[in-house]
Amino acid sequence: MTVHDPGAPPATIRLDRVKATRRLSRGQLWMVAGGGLLLLAFVRTVTSADDITSAGTLGATISLALPIGLAGLGGLWSERSGVVNIGLEGMMILGTFFGADFAYFSHSPWMGAVGGVVGGLIGGLVHAVATVTFGVDQIVSGVAITILATGLARYLAGVFFTGQPGGGPTQSPSVPQFTRLRVPGADSFLGKLERHHWFAVSDLAGLLRGLATTLTPFTIVVVLLFPLTWFVLWRTSFGLRLRSCGENPAAAESLGVPVYRIKYAAVIVSGMLAGIAGAFLADFAGIYREGQTGGRGFIGLAAMIFGNWRPGGLVAGAGLFGYTDAVQSRGGAKSVHALLLLVAILLLVVAAYALWRRRMVAGIASGVGAVLVFAWYKGTNDVPIELVTYTPQIITLLVLALASQRLRMPAADGIPWRKGQGT
Amino acid sequence: MRDRLNRLVLNVIAAVVAGLFAAAITSAILYLHGDSPSFVISQMWHYGTQATSELTILNSASVYYLSALAVAIGFRMNLFNIGVDGQYRLAAMLAGAFGGSVALPNGLRQVAIIVVAMLVGAAWAGLVALLKVTRGVSEVISTIMLNFVATGLIAYLMRPSNLGVRSGANDITTKPIPKSGQVGGLDLIPSSGGKVYGLIVLSAAIGVLFHVIVNRTRFGFDLRAAGRSSSAAQASGVNVKKMIVITLLMSGACAGLVGMPALLGDSHSYSSITFQTGLGFTGIAIALLGRNNPVGIAFAAVLWAFLDQSAQILDINNIPKEIVQITQGVVVLSVVIAYELVRRAALVRQQRSVGKALAEPVEAKVEGVPA
Amino acid sequence: MWPDSTRCPGSAVYRAPRASPYPAIAVRPPHPGACAIHAAEQPDVAEPAEAGAAVELRGITKRFPGVVANHDIDIVVQRGHVHAIVGENGAGKSTLMNILYGMHKADEGTITVNGKHVVFSSPSDAIGEGIGMVHQHFMLADNLTVLENIVLGSEPAHRGVLDSRAARTKIREISDSYGLDIDPNELVENLGVGDRQRVEICKVLYRGAQILILDEPTAVLVPQEVDELFANLRGLKAEGLTVLFISHKLDEVLSVADEITVIRRGTTVRTVHPAEVTARQLAELMVGSELPVPELRESTVTDVAELTVEHLTVRSLDGRPVIDDVSFVIHKGEIVGLAGVEGNGQAELVEAIMGIRTAESGRVLLGDRDVSRWHTRERREGGIAYIPEDRHRHGLLLEAPLWENRMLGHQTERPNTRGPWIDRGGAKRDTRRIVEAFDVRTPGIDVTAASLSGGNQQKLIVGREMSGTPTVLIASHPTRGVDVGAQAAIWDQLRHARAAGLAVLLISADLDELIGMSDTLRVVLRGRLVGEADPRNVTPEQLGAAMTGAGTGAEGQAS
Repeated sequence: MTVHDPGAPPATIRLDRVKATRRLSRGQLWMVAGGGLLLLAFVRTVTSADDITSAGTLGATISLALPIGLAGLGGLWSERSGVVNIGLEGMMILGTFFGADFAYFSHSPWMGAVGGVVGGLIGGLVHAVATVTFGVDQIVSGVAITILATGLARYLAGVFFTGQPGGGPTQSPSVPQFTRLRVPGADSFLGKLERHHWFAVSDLAGLLRGLATTLTPFTIVVVLLFPLTWFVLWRTSFGLRLRSCGENPAAAESLGVPVYRIKYAAVIVSGMLAGIAGAFLADFAGIYREGQTGGRGFIGLAAMIFGNWRPGGLVAGAGLFGYTDAVQSRGGAKSVHALLLLVAILLLVVAAYALWRRRMVAGIASGVGAVLVFAWYKGTNDVPIELVTYTPQIITLLVLALASQRLRMPAADGIPWRKGQGT
Repeated sequence: MRDRLNRLVLNVIAAVVAGLFAAAITSAILYLHGDSPSFVISQMWHYGTQATSELTILNSASVYYLSALAVAIGFRMNLFNIGVDGQYRLAAMLAGAFGGSVALPNGLRQVAIIVVAMLVGAAWAGLVALLKVTRGVSEVISTIMLNFVATGLIAYLMRPSNLGVRSGANDITTKPIPKSGQVGGLDLIPSSGGKVYGLIVLSAAIGVLFHVIVNRTRFGFDLRAAGRSSSAAQASGVNVKKMIVITLLMSGACAGLVGMPALLGDSHSYSSITFQTGLGFTGIAIALLGRNNPVGIAFAAVLWAFLDQSAQILDINNIPKEIVQITQGVVVLSVVIAYELVRRAALVRQQRSVGKALAEPVEAKVEGVPA
Repeated sequence: MWPDSTRCPGSAVYRAPRASPYPAIAVRPPHPGACAIHAAEQPDVAEPAEAGAAVELRGITKRFPGVVANHDIDIVVQRGHVHAIVGENGAGKSTLMNILYGMHKADEGTITVNGKHVVFSSPSDAIGEGIGMVHQHFMLADNLTVLENIVLGSEPAHRGVLDSRAARTKIREISDSYGLDIDPNELVENLGVGDRQRVEICKVLYRGAQILILDEPTAVLVPQEVDELFANLRGLKAEGLTVLFISHKLDEVLSVADEITVIRRGTTVRTVHPAEVTARQLAELMVGSELPVPELRESTVTDVAELTVEHLTVRSLDGRPVIDDVSFVIHKGEIVGLAGVEGNGQAELVEAIMGIRTAESGRVLLGDRDVSRWHTRERREGGIAYIPEDRHRHGLLLEAPLWENRMLGHQTERPNTRGPWIDRGGAKRDTRRIVEAFDVRTPGIDVTAASLSGGNQQKLIVGREMSGTPTVLIASHPTRGVDVGAQAAIWDQLRHARAAGLAVLLISADLDELIGMSDTLRVVLRGRLVGEADPRNVTPEQLGAAMTGAGTGAEGQAS
């Protein structure tokens, strides 16, 4: 996302920009996941904020993380082809409106999903026309699309929903939703385990129960989009061409790759994914409401950046933001207060690692941060509820502040490309 | 000189074409919905040109202008301050609380309130600068996130236990600013029966200041150089990081002013319900429309305010007034496309004319030249 | 047979620099090829069996806004030949090749490939006709693997799914049979210049090209690498492939080509046989006069140190030293040339001297003032003039008018500014002076820098930097990509600067320029100064060997 970053060191650093991204092996990933669970269990035990690992929280995490992850997936498609898409938020707004609209008038949640795709597609197409054909600054176009989408959704809601029961310019009537799938027995058995509040065991049970009780057919389809994206982008010739457009469009063009067409495809798919994200939100809430997206398109983009423009990292980022959102919306101030302890511990770990790597300034800064956060945790009983609402946004800022420097975006991301430019 | 004039004309034509295109799209949508575009336009024109509407338009435009300038400062060096929204709201809220509670003599009080607003705006934008310069976080994302955080922070600060005061049934405001801290209106449109914000003068002054700083000073040169090519600016000795910090602070300070005309001239307190929100995004749109140029922005601000105000008549006729937001959105998008096309056309034209001028046989001086 | 040590009779002292970071191509061409020097004297007599034109370009004309890049070009390339196209920078060679490769469309004229009339609307059409191109600026995506870069656009796939195994096998085959020594799994960003070029060649061969276009392939190579490249070309030719070789270096062209077509100001001047012409005659055809010669007259070197660098160390973001304990002194009136394969720390050194990049340790002294802690602007004000390597990225504001570009880097000095205010009148007046004095060809000073040719942009930069009273000049690739007129003018300016007592640091990839224009030569390898040479008695080959860390040719290894 740092498109024209004047803060970055000057140009001649091609050679020393070595692999900043070390990819974790599968075993390391399991260790991180296991460590995370133990840490959460520890924090829950200490703070007795049971909600931070409850089934309800994980269920909510999934439901909240998926739209963020989908928006991020949209960002991934677009940015891997070299087009920054800050218009995801707008495309998501179109998705919420069209999703609710289609679902309501057709009485089918599946049609709602289709509506989301259509809405996002429109947004993606406009972004593609502006940025690919006309070479407009990609961030400018994205912001303009978000402004346009807000107005369009508002106008169309007024036209379509006024006069419907409970509907109006700012919200739809209630729309048909997907039914939840239930794994037989899982609920009662895992629920029992969870209620014992055993260290780690109950936490794991809570997480599994959350997983088992929130699935809908839509959720499953949406979840499958993640591995599918990975497969298409990293294992097919189309994916290679798409990524080459994001890394060096001149090279792609010189080999006969139709750069414009690929970028169009990528940006349109990006819009469709954001649209699905919007439809998912509307379906989850059972209603379209103005402002329903609440910046999730932007957070999705941040999740993708956090994930270093890779699907796996994106899932982790979306999970993190979805989790903090779930914690704040369910447990409120108490749970977020408990998270302070978690943050303090994590900062301490970061500090120790930095000191071990002999990066004194970073180490000391993190250490001081850890102490301050811990003092905040110790000195108070809750966190202002008004700020708790924005936990995901604050976490986004913190995470980017910690991670931004190790990231590597596609080399030609954000740079307008003109046909024949490379010659 | 002629070249610049040509470019100006081209830009104006581009803006007009974009406007016509937006009008066409809007008309098409109205037509599809079964409304008569010509009726809507005549209604809007008629209502929008009434004296009372003109008053509102002028007032809104003066506020939009400040917001757009705040955005434009950033744009001039390729920084995207989407955070004007959070900066001006936080600034207005804290400045309101300050004005309501700190006693200072008339004259000084207004100045102090404005300075506080600028400082708060600059500080909130300073966070963005800090994150960008030290941690490499893109200002696009951080400003968006800080807008949300500002909303939360304002809600927290507006607790009656903190800075808020209950007012009426369910509104909470800051403590009202007494008469000695207010800024009176100007009687610019006598037939409207109301007064224009006194701080419209401040808006105009900031516009002039913007022009002078950006175009006439060394600092402005550095700023524009960094905006055109940060690598070339760096090599030329511009401390790009420092420029990022200064530019964002200036942008934030200017954003801090956005809430002032209404706060000091009209509401006299910050209310979490009635104080206007979303001006930061309007500012982005207007800055784009006005090509980050103080004069262009002035026209754009008036146009925008006109559309906002004249649309108020539509609800009475059972036409959703949100149609205007579509018009505005399309204008912004099509205008940036049109400007881009103009930029390219101008570049090609210049290359052609340079080529033509040099095609005339120039006596080749292969031998070196005296220095 | 191919000689054991890749040693060519007559080609100076040269050993395969295997230990270098840019390993030589382990050439084992399928057929014994001749050595560079041999070929120059006795061009391959054995014409390939199936003679005939591989490519015929007739009446090609191409106009760009403001310029006619190609005008009525006629070229016939025989199958199995290495056909060179020479012309100075800006003569229109690259445009022509881009037309043949389908990246541009000619406004007029016809292209015939293997007797078939063709019209190309994209590179894929050209690739379909067996044409491949190695571009002057490598067309590689750093963050993709060699394999991905090679197969891109012609991927072996089953129902859209990439078949990496098949691709790997095919690449290994090509690599082995042409001796390209390519590892398909490596990330391109980890490759050096020579490796990248071989990847480019492999890319073209992978597509089964029968006609190869190489655009200025030797620009970034040291002499040894050039020899290896030429050996590769001979291998290709022996296989019956046709090579179009674009260059402006006449010796190279004479040594490798079967036929030479000269292009001047966008049009074909003549096609000649290398045996029939001398380099001098070629130059005459190419520019209408003799080529300017980079040379210095009597020494003006004093013993007053003007720029001193002491134990300078610069680290990259990941902590690797990119400049490692570098020390040197440049005296008043001295030009120090810095030789090195691109990417060995030259850029970082320059940036550290300019204060654009922070050094970890060491000092930079300007005269006797320690400027290590000074900011770029203070160093510039202190008397360092700077001609950056990449004028588009670091030297100019392309979309700003010339007079604003004249201010760039001097925006704190008169006549550009007065206190905190811009002095438009002063800046414009002085821009006019520079345009006049340095022969910048432009219709006015209000046009944007982008509308000038490369040579004129560079002359503007040189003029700007020589204004005021500099005491040190850092000239990084000052004549790269400029026409001979500008080249001559810039060399003159360097001589002037030297005569006026400036201390000059000259960096260039053109070894002739470096040897001719320097009083002292230093060699940089992997961020260290590894050698010092006297330009009066060092050959480009010796210098090249030292640059790759293989040579013993350069005198005085210790430094």
